[in-house]
Amino acid sequence: MPKTILELKNINKVYGEKSKFPTQVLFDINLAFEEGSFNSIIGQSGSGKSTLLNIIGTLDKATSGKVYIADKDTSTLSRSQLSVVRNNTIGFIFQFHYLLPEFTALENVLMPYRISKQPLSDETVKKAEELLAIVGLSRFKNNLAVNMSGGQQQRVAIARSLMNNPKIVLADEPTGNLDSDSTEQVYELLRKLNQTLGTTFIIITHDRHIAEKADRVIEIKDGRINLDIKKGLE
Amino acid sequence: MKLAFSIAKRFLLSGKIQTIVIILGIAVGVSVQVFIGSLITGLQKSLVDKTIGSASQITITPQDATGYIVDYEQKIAVIEAATTEVTVATPTLSVNGSFVKSTQSEPTFLRGMQFPGANDIYGFQDKLTEGSLPNGTGQIILGSGLKDTLGLNVGDTITFESPTIQATTLEVVGFFDFNVLAINDTWAVATLATLQGILGIGDQVGQIEMQVKDVFAADQTDLQIMTALNDNTLTSVTWISQNAELLSGLQGQSISSLMIQIFVMVSVVLGISSVLAITVLQKSKQIGILKAMGITDKDASLVFLFEGLILGFFGAIGGVLLGLGLSYAFTTFALDANGNPVVPLFIDYKFIGLSALIAIAAATFASLIPARKSSKLSVIEVIRNA
Repeated sequence: MPKTILELKNINKVYGEKSKFPTQVLFDINLAFEEGSFNSIIGQSGSGKSTLLNIIGTLDKATSGKVYIADKDTSTLSRSQLSVVRNNTIGFIFQFHYLLPEFTALENVLMPYRISKQPLSDETVKKAEELLAIVGLSRFKNNLAVNMSGGQQQRVAIARSLMNNPKIVLADEPTGNLDSDSTEQVYELLRKLNQTLGTTFIIITHDRHIAEKADRVIEIKDGRINLDIKKGLE
Repeated sequence: MKLAFSIAKRFLLSGKIQTIVIILGIAVGVSVQVFIGSLITGLQKSLVDKTIGSASQITITPQDATGYIVDYEQKIAVIEAATTEVTVATPTLSVNGSFVKSTQSEPTFLRGMQFPGANDIYGFQDKLTEGSLPNGTGQIILGSGLKDTLGLNVGDTITFESPTIQATTLEVVGFFDFNVLAINDTWAVATLATLQGILGIGDQVGQIEMQVKDVFAADQTDLQIMTALNDNTLTSVTWISQNAELLSGLQGQSISSLMIQIFVMVSVVLGISSVLAITVLQKSKQIGILKAMGITDKDASLVFLFEGLILGFFGAIGGVLLGLGLSYAFTTFALDANGNPVVPLFIDYKFIGLSALIAIAAATFASLIPARKSSKLSVIEVIRNA
């Protein structure tokens, strides 16, 4: 039986807890993700899916409930320990927050590794170049991020998310502002990486067509799990 | 550290114009600091030089106003052995009297001096307008005022009279101009031997006059000398006790210069701090991305500390160069009628180095607030507000 890499237990999230009108956006979410699985989360805007992803990625804190990453309870970790967890275990791909515009494509891909404070070796640079080759951007490795198209930037962001061999990649609408051809390419790429590297992917999308290509589709509606379909079990 | 530094460097390079403007801002502050500092120090030195540079700074006289100092050479040797602060120590002898020419009588202060020692204090050689220094018995030089009132020329003789001594005829060998009316109108200078002869006192002197290296430490040096001499028949006076007002004026100038410099620094700090605070806002997206990737809060704040340090470093270098350039321009173009700088600047490399270090420290200090802001920045805020 595949190992559970990520587990959410009774996650609740309330915004403006201390205000007169607190808003609860997540209600008792319980979810477990298997290592190496390719998951998609769908839902209408405002359904709470991005909040859920941010809580999974330790960027945001749940009001109550616990997040276990590789069996580790993240609620017990300090801010700096959480930084290390994010750096080693999680890769992020955002819809809008692409790259560091001041750095080149290659430097952006190398950034998670540099943040881990390990000495930069030729091998590491080679690995980054290989990742850029996988996303088809070898030719653009020395281009500044600002001088690349949206699709190219998103592919660099994908390469970057994989730099530290994360166990989990979290993607929030990674193709949200790409044209349909680019969207298709990016999904095929993510799928390929999932299959070759065995990385767990959790992808938020509003595109049902794309979501259906995942092993598992979770639908969030009004802060609750409305649907949870595992394809293998169909 | 290395990562934070390289990110800081890249952030600064990515906004070149903004970076240059901030560096210029710091540089202008530092240059004002360097320029004002050099100007005030130069002004003080020149003022001190003009007022007490050509006068005795420590004077030893007998306790008894009518007495004389015997063994003065031995005493000078003791003084010179006691401290290295004394640059020149020379014996002098003075008497009040009048010059008489037919029916005209002009009050005068006749001074006997030993050359070349006296020249080191009073600079007679440079102040001679005519003739030469007295080097034989019976020769005198006169102030330019006396020359005019008595209508004398080099080579003329003049009679010196004083109530207690016999009238003596002296030969005028030169004239001097001190640019000080009181001296030009009354002083006459002869050799020590001439005056000893007129007074008939043998090898004794009235005073030992000195100049010191650090004029502001004259009181301490005086104490050292008097302790070494250990002679209760002697007393001493320093320029400080005679010029209390000048000293307080100089101190006032130092304090006001310090105030100006402090306010310049404060404005530099505020400037950098506010600009860097804006930079944190500008770069909040990047910091958010870096934090999502796992950069620690400490490294995120170090980025801005390094920005402050880099800006301070280049601002300081630019400021020192600009300040020296300003000083150079000032001494080259702001000249008086004689072609000398209006205010001679004093370039003190220690002071300039210190100003540069203070600027770097201030810039780094100014970046503390933005650094803290960067450390506190939450990724989720950035993501939500994008």
